[in-house]
Order: sequence, then C-alpha cells, then structure tokens
Amino acid sequence: MKQLQTWGRTWGPLLAIALVAVALLMVAPAVLSPFRLNNLGKYVCWAIAGVGIGLAWGRGGMLVMGQGVFFGLGGYAMAMHLKLEAAMASGGPDAVPDFMVLYGDGTMPGWWEPFRSGAFTLAAIVVLPALVAVVLGWAIFKRRVKGAYFAILTQALAVVFATLLVATIKQTGGFNGLNQFTQFFGYNLYDPVNKRMIYSIASVALVVCLVLVWQLYRSRFGELLVATRDAEERVRFLGHDPANIKLVAFVLAAVMASIGGALFAPITGIISPSDVDATASILLIAGVALGGRALLLGPALGALAVGFGRTTLSETFPDQWTYFLGLLFIVVILFLPAGLGSMWSQALGRLRSSRPTPTRASAPTPTDELEVAR
Amino acid sequence: MNDDYLEIRGLTVEFDGFRAVDAVDLTLLQGRLHFLIGPNGAGKTTLVDAVTGLVPATGLVRHRRQDLLRTKPHRIVRAGIGRTFQTATVFEGLSVLQNLDIAGGIHRRAWRMGFARRGTPSYVEEALEIIGLASLRDRPAGVLAHGQKQWLEIGMLLVQDARVMLLDEPVAGMSTEEREETGDLLRRIGSERTIVVIEHDMDFVRTYADVVTVMHAGKVLAEGTVAEIQADPRVQQVYLGRAHEPMQEADHA
Repeated sequence: MKQLQTWGRTWGPLLAIALVAVALLMVAPAVLSPFRLNNLGKYVCWAIAGVGIGLAWGRGGMLVMGQGVFFGLGGYAMAMHLKLEAAMASGGPDAVPDFMVLYGDGTMPGWWEPFRSGAFTLAAIVVLPALVAVVLGWAIFKRRVKGAYFAILTQALAVVFATLLVATIKQTGGFNGLNQFTQFFGYNLYDPVNKRMIYSIASVALVVCLVLVWQLYRSRFGELLVATRDAEERVRFLGHDPANIKLVAFVLAAVMASIGGALFAPITGIISPSDVDATASILLIAGVALGGRALLLGPALGALAVGFGRTTLSETFPDQWTYFLGLLFIVVILFLPAGLGSMWSQALGRLRSSRPTPTRASAPTPTDELEVAR
Repeated sequence: MNDDYLEIRGLTVEFDGFRAVDAVDLTLLQGRLHFLIGPNGAGKTTLVDAVTGLVPATGLVRHRRQDLLRTKPHRIVRAGIGRTFQTATVFEGLSVLQNLDIAGGIHRRAWRMGFARRGTPSYVEEALEIIGLASLRDRPAGVLAHGQKQWLEIGMLLVQDARVMLLDEPVAGMSTEEREETGDLLRRIGSERTIVVIEHDMDFVRTYADVVTVMHAGKVLAEGTVAEIQADPRVQQVYLGRAHEPMQEADHA
C-alpha cells in the first residue's frame, strides 16, 4: 500500500502529463475544426509561458509581471524571420519587409539581416531571452530586490518594451506589429495541414516544458527553490547564494515564455505590442493564478482555461467579457488562493481530516506546493 | 595546535554611531565548549551576526587563514562556519530527512542538483543518529517539538560539516531533560569542532562550559572557567542590582 503511494507520487504526475499530451495531440485534432484547433494552439502558447511563470512565481516566489517581454522577444524574433521569408519569396534574396517600404525609405536596419537565417532565428529564440534574463536577473537578485519591488520592476519593463515597439514603426512595424506571414520555414502557412503541424509543434513544446518542470520539481534544485521562496535568508546559511537559485528559475521561465511567443506568431499570424505589453503580461499571470501557480499542471491548464474563456466570452458578450474574467479571478483568489487545481487536494485533505489516523492527526495539512514537491 | 580555530581581533560593529560590538578580541579553540554570556544587549548575537556575515563589521575574523569579514555569508558557510538562530528556522514543510539533505547541498556539484534524491546519503544517516531523530525521519519538521527543532538545526550543521558552530540560545524554552540531552549532544560533537554557545541559563552554563566569555556593553568583560568568572568582581558588578539575576541565584543555590 505504501509502495503504491510512493509509486503514485513519483509517476502519477507523469501520467497526468501524458493525459494532457493525448488530449492535445490526439483528441483535440480529431474533434475540433481547423479554426478551433488554431485557437487552441494560441492558448497552448500562453500555457508554455504559463509553465515558466509557475516555476518562477509558484515555486520560486518571484512574481514575474513582465513575461510579455520574453514572450515578445521570441515572438518578434520568429516574426522577423517569417516576415523576411515572405519578402524573399516574392522579391528575391535581398527583399525587405513590406512595411519598411510603406513607412520608411525601404532600407532594412542591420540587425534584421541575420534573421534571414532560420537557424539563427531558432538559436536567437532561446539565447536572446536567456541573455536578457541573466543580465536582468543578476542585477536584480544580487541587489536583493524582491517582493512588490520585483513585480513592479518587471511590469515596468513590459510597459517600456511595448512603448518602444510602438515608437519604432519603421523597424518593428509599430502599433500594427508584424503580420501577413506566408511561409513557415518553407511551408505554406495557408495550407491547413501545415497549420496543424505548427499546432502539434506547440503542443509538443508544452509537454516537453511540463516534463522538464516535473523533473525540476522533484529534484534537489526544486526543493531548494521552494526553500528559497519560503526562507531566503535561511538558504544563505545552507551555503547557497539565493540569487543564483532564483536566477536559474528566472532564466528558464524567460526561455519558456520566448518559445511560447515564437510559436504564437505563426499560429495567430500576427505579433503586436498588445500581445506583449503590461496587460498581456497580467493575463498570463491570471491564467497561472487561476490554475494554481505552485502545482505542476495548474499553470498550463489555467492558461488554457483563460484563453478559452477569453474567446468564448468575447464571442458571446463582446463588450462585457472582461468583467466575467475579472469576477472569476476575484472568486478564485478569495476562495481558492492556491488556484482551481488545489480544489482536488483540498477536498482530499478534508476527507483525511474527517477520519483521523493516529500518525496523521497531529500533522498540519502540508501546503499544496510541497504536496507536489514530493 | 592545528589552525582549526576562530580568531577574532578588534571586532567592531557600529549602528548609526552606536557601538554594539566594541573592539572584541576572542580566540575560540577546537575541542572546547565555549559559552558566551552577558546581559541583554551585551552584543552577543551581534557578534555572531558579524562573524557569519549578516552585519557589516570592522576588525579581523580569521579561520584557517581566511578573513571572514571579506567573505559573503554563503561562502562563510562553505568555509565551515555554521550558525543557528534564536528561533529555530527549519523548513517546516519538509521532512526531517529532507531538511538534513538540503543542508548537504554544499557537498554536491551544481549539475547534480537537477536530479531527485535517491536513498539517504551516509552523512545524513550519521547526523540522524547523532541528533537522535532517526525514528522521526519522515515527520514534517513543522510538527517537531521545540527541542527537536533545535537538534535538527544542529544536525543540519553537522551535515554541512561545520567546523565552527555558533549556536544562539539553543536550549531556550527547553525542558530540563531536553537541556541535558542537548548538553550531552554538544559534548559528543564538540571534541572535534569549535563550538560557541550563547546562553542565559546559568545552570546549563555551569554544567557544560569549558570556557566562558562574559560580554557587557559590546565589550569582553572577563574570560575563564565558570569558577573564575563567578569569582570575578567585575562580573558580579554587572549582574548586581538586576531583579532576577542568574549569577546571584547561582551563588545562593
């Protein structure tokens, strides 16, 4: 019996991830129309960013309010490549994106040039956010900036990033963002089969991210990250610099957000400042909070739910949908502060306490974070 | 004599012009139970804070030819200086075993951190036996009795392989039996370590102290064996006139 429990604790989460994989990769394509499937792909991109937020915020205690920046770095890197691909397909190897002709004098800034290469773009999607996160994180964590100050700082970055994008219409497409992609690494984007392929890539990316955080959460690093969140100074006296531990989680979260953004661009066909600004960052956070920030699947499922809710509510109540979302958010925070995903373990905890066993009776219910940590 | 001792010279800690620790000289040798006593506000905890890098200080603190005042707190721990706090600060949600295991992190290479724990490392097993919590290994640390938490913290220092242990009031709030067990524990582990205990309880000090340092108003007032300290007129002066004064009680006892 005890063995079964240990087995379940170790492999149960992996089984749950497998279920998510089956639902996304086999069930959804079979039952959803291409339009709905593409919508789901969009939510999956948010979910990928959400998994990273769960790691940084749920486990690491860093309220990352500006993940839109990293989502945007990946999204714009990919969009620049797709834009160049589209231009080169119609205008030859030296062609420049259409908006540069429209708003500027038709010359392309030098830093666009390397994005003609697909390999460079893929590398940039991972390396660029990682570099930015290392520099930022180093400066922030070594100075021991945390709590509300950290949240405000990251949020401000999202504002700055979006403002910068809007102000540079000749280089980044400004308020309109980058859109009208025709190809994805040589594949025609108007072909439904190719759209489905990109959806599958996003789903696989989400599953890979989930497996990665599953391993992290059960690793010694995961324990140390939770310990850092709960008692940063104590961790210092275990001989670790908490800044380094937080930095690892922050960088991983940044890369995940970037990958989400990079897949978001071809799936939705556009990336614009409104996809990466402060509001977009908060909506990312909202999904994670709703699902349960410290749970393994909570952030991903929460992000999917918020994405689905946004679409459904905005179709039914085009004007009032944001109120519904806000209301749901308030209700969850009030009654289930650990997220919807904690409902199950809470119910289980009640069940346990109603029939006390001699060993368990005196033990307080462990916080949801540690429940999954084991 | 080996160089496994802690040397403090002219240690000074200043808060806005107030000298909490004032030019303290101390040599803490291995294999002796060293007690640090003195009235509230004498600067005992501040001294430990300075040695462990928690507050900035001037002077010299040297261990194995390393200047600790120029070392970051987590590096000081890695250099073999460990401490506990007045209120036990174990990770309440983690089990006893996990608490000890997490303290062993400094022995592992960074990339090994990505793996889950498999089995119990031998040094964790040893520490469990020494602190006597082997039977409670899977219990969440949060439900341990007050005394057990302090032992767990000492166990974490053992796992860290701390050569110097600075313990801030480890027996405060403990029952008589728990105090005895703690004292015996300190004796067991103290033979090959440098152990410094901040303490108020004079019975405890008298039973277990090899050397006592009395601090008053940031300065070292006296140093010696328990008998020498009790006979010292300056020490009596400091403790006289205090309503419930431990030295007095001790003298009448």
